[in-house]
Amino acid sequence: MASREIAGVTVEFDDDNFMADHTAWNEAIAAELANEEGIETLTDRHIEIVQYFRNEFESIGTAPSIRKLNKSGVVPTKELYQLFPGGPAKKAARIAGLKKPQGCV
Amino acid sequence: MKKLVILGAGTAGTMMLNKLEPVLDKDEWKITIVDQFETHYYQPGFLFIPFGIYTPKDVVKPKRDFFPTGIEAIQSRIEIIEPDKNQVKLENGTVLNYDFLIVATGSKINPAETEGMKEDMWRKNIFDFYTIEGTTALSKFLKYWEGGKMVVNIAEMPIKCPVAPLEFVFLADWWFTEQGIRDKVDIEFVTPLPGAFTKPKASQVFGDFLDKKNIKLMPDFNIARVDHENNKIVSWEETTVDYDLLVTIPTNMGDDVIERSGMGDELNFIPTNKQTLQSDKWENVFVLGDATNLPSSKAGSVAHFQADILFDNIQSAMDGRPLKAKYDGHANCYIESGFGKGILIDFNYDTEPLPGKFPLPGVGPFSLLEETKMNHYGKMMFRWMYWNLLLKGAELPIESEMLMAGKRA
Repeated sequence: MASREIAGVTVEFDDDNFMADHTAWNEAIAAELANEEGIETLTDRHIEIVQYFRNEFESIGTAPSIRKLNKSGVVPTKELYQLFPGGPAKKAARIAGLKKPQGCV
Repeated sequence: MKKLVILGAGTAGTMMLNKLEPVLDKDEWKITIVDQFETHYYQPGFLFIPFGIYTPKDVVKPKRDFFPTGIEAIQSRIEIIEPDKNQVKLENGTVLNYDFLIVATGSKINPAETEGMKEDMWRKNIFDFYTIEGTTALSKFLKYWEGGKMVVNIAEMPIKCPVAPLEFVFLADWWFTEQGIRDKVDIEFVTPLPGAFTKPKASQVFGDFLDKKNIKLMPDFNIARVDHENNKIVSWEETTVDYDLLVTIPTNMGDDVIERSGMGDELNFIPTNKQTLQSDKWENVFVLGDATNLPSSKAGSVAHFQADILFDNIQSAMDGRPLKAKYDGHANCYIESGFGKGILIDFNYDTEPLPGKFPLPGVGPFSLLEETKMNHYGKMMFRWMYWNLLLKGAELPIESEMLMAGKRA
């Protein structure tokens, strides 16, 4: 657990560098987190997906899987990888201020 | 009469049947088990068939050999489960009503989920080893293969027995050495995970094994399609890996009946309480083994540990009492590492596989996260235990709850 300043406010992050409290999130923070993930500009399409992540998390307690995003017509997998290169599920969850998605064993 | 229906007579369903049959009052409870197939496969044995260690006959027995007398066993495909009506419709026209339902319909591979996989080259130079047909076909292919590049690819997580792909490459390294063609074979392990395994310590250990055995590791590869005309797998980010022989672990999904019944998530796995094994949605429905959406391994050892928990909880539920037994995510896996040796890992939801010793009364101790001959014998001995003890619901000298004894944190 560590706090640091981001987008003008102090935000707490967990050991995985994901936001500790998703309610402290706002779009300005999201833009900064996106930069940290190598995404220069957060487009409306990014925001739309990030919002979907947050809604899913609030309703069912976990971030959606890539398969679910594709199957439910939110975003095709190919596009998702283009928007969040190199690990879309993890990156989108982090930008959305959520916990790190649980890996499966 | 009250009715308990068990769907699926695989490892989990059969084990549960044999645990509950002796304890439920026969004047009060009627038990019915349903499965569409006649044959029970010892699935851990599929791994050994391509390398001639087992033949298909070593891994099959009739399911009926494991059904106790006095229960009803129905061989039929399940049409639909209607949990709001407490009933199950079978393809043979039977409608089964139940007071309690245990869903143990398992998980299976779905190669058609990946574009280009189950097409012209399927079982020609693209094989799975998670089905009897796949592993037998691969065994015939390998017998005459003269070498080239073998790629072992996990399509997406979760998969049944997450260590099996690693065991496959370790055994392949040994087998090609035995055949005298190891120098003519390149082996590459291509996985969507960030390393050789999911948990950090084990991932490190297995990564070192891959290195030592000259097996190339390609992590973070999420397959989008198989270009079967040009023998390449292509990721969503257009990275490609060439192969001469592709051994794939296709997308694993729960049974289609779960989708037809609207009971599952996007992979047809049923949302289940990770501690009590009760369905999240229906109080009188319990889910066991691979059919759950639990963040534990999809493996026989997991079904076994869960069965101990479910045995307590379903009886509590039948008596109208609260569910007290809690599953901790315990899994225990013997991993073949080739050349007559094996590695053992033991872990749960919260504790990753750790090194140390694993005490097992009468037989052990076994070394954890370390390669030994003893661990290999443990794996080979397990087939006997599976047929003779595990499926029959007998007590094994191993706790369902993970213990820290012997482990070094």
